[in-house]
Amino acid sequence: MASLSGWRTLPPGAVILEPGSSVKYKTASWRTLRPVIDQEKCIRCRLCWTYCPEPAILELEKPYTAKSGRTYKVTYEIDYDYCKGCGLCAEECPVKAITMVEEVR
Amino acid sequence: MGKPIPLSGNYAVAYAVKAADVDVIAAYPITPQTAVVEKLSEFVANGELDAEFIHVESEHSALSAVVGASAAGARVFTATSAQGLLLMYEIMHIASTMRLPIVMTIATRAISAPINIWCDHSDFMASSDAGWIMLMGVNAQEAHDLTIAAYRIAEDPRALLPVAVGYDGFWVSHTVEPVHVVEREGALRYAPKRVARYVLDPERPVTMGSLGSPDWYFEFRVQLQDAVEKSREVISEALREFKQHFGREYREVDGLYTDDADVVLVLMGSAVGSAVPFAEEARRAGLKVGVVNVRLFRPFPEEEVLKHLEGAKVVAVVDRAINPGSSSVGPLYSDVAVTAFKRGLDVPILSYVTGLGGRAVMKSHFEAMVKHAYGFVGKRMRDVKTHYSFVGVRE
Repeated sequence: MASLSGWRTLPPGAVILEPGSSVKYKTASWRTLRPVIDQEKCIRCRLCWTYCPEPAILELEKPYTAKSGRTYKVTYEIDYDYCKGCGLCAEECPVKAITMVEEVR
Repeated sequence: MGKPIPLSGNYAVAYAVKAADVDVIAAYPITPQTAVVEKLSEFVANGELDAEFIHVESEHSALSAVVGASAAGARVFTATSAQGLLLMYEIMHIASTMRLPIVMTIATRAISAPINIWCDHSDFMASSDAGWIMLMGVNAQEAHDLTIAAYRIAEDPRALLPVAVGYDGFWVSHTVEPVHVVEREGALRYAPKRVARYVLDPERPVTMGSLGSPDWYFEFRVQLQDAVEKSREVISEALREFKQHFGREYREVDGLYTDDADVVLVLMGSAVGSAVPFAEEARRAGLKVGVVNVRLFRPFPEEEVLKHLEGAKVVAVVDRAINPGSSSVGPLYSDVAVTAFKRGLDVPILSYVTGLGGRAVMKSHFEAMVKHAYGFVGKRMRDVKTHYSFVGVRE
């Protein structure tokens, strides 16, 4: 991380002058458990994407063909820059395609 | 100076707020402050003041509403007392660290329990660590004048801090006195509306009130401390220029007979008005008593207070509040004692707590304090076994 400004030079009152700068704050550092999606089990129901409070579930136009031969037009992946590891996606997944594994850094 | 008109302390504040031409008022009624915002809502209703009057459901909301309005660049006002101030306490810190130039008046009142609507300084003192500039007027004229000065201080780009102006509930708030009223033109010449700061503006978007993670929080608290410290200069300039504009002189601290005093009484609020004639009478009886009125409480005017204590043999600090279990007991005592310690002033400094919950501070109380204090003349602080006592309480 670049060096942060000291109190003498920061804008008074903690005003943030750059709109939309919250994306620079990678909240992934909070995570202790990491969701991992099993693409074979995933039925592309979109529930994880709907429930994720961040949102840190990415809906990618990336075709995927399962071993069963079924082809999906989209793939769901986790945005590990912002996922805080809350586990809502794993809880809500109707086919238990998401598992929470210990985050090792 | 024109002719004074009879006004209660509360109405004197309302007239000051009208003169300051505020844009937004949000308040919730609470005794003994209510008449301030009642009068202001009347001014707004009859067109004498072009302001938004936001009716809210609590003091927490009142201060929150003026935080929002101030963030949008408005000149704002709110007022409260006691339980209402405590309900605002959370937002007080938000207002100061966000550096919003809010002006609030506090008609000082005791804190429950038991329920008590009368004067002491428990509320004012309990909120004195919230990063606000805090002034205390001794009468209706001061409440009026300091409220106008508060706008100039708060909005100064070197300060950008909320300012609270206290005055004693009932003793000042409900007592009618002759008051010289500052007119709008004069008030705005002295304290023009200044918005030399970031405001919420869709054309130039900024974020206010965001999260301050461990990487950021500490810096903004130090920034606040620095701002409050540096506001001394702004306050002193505002008071100096007040005299030039309106002819009435206010200092951070007043001292009377402190040059040769044996016992110096240090106090705040309306009781100063009783301490002064008491000191005059005591002197005629051969007791060298001095009086110090602490008009500015935050930032604490150390130099100005110390100047009046240097010749004293005993310092008697009079508090109208108790900080239970603290090393000082009296909150004003705490600041006076630390100031004295820092400068190596080694005379007995005694704490007298009196006048809680609306009990009158009488001449007999000052007599008891001074008589007790005289017993410590020639001694040093380490000779004092118990530094505090309660005056006017039933044992």
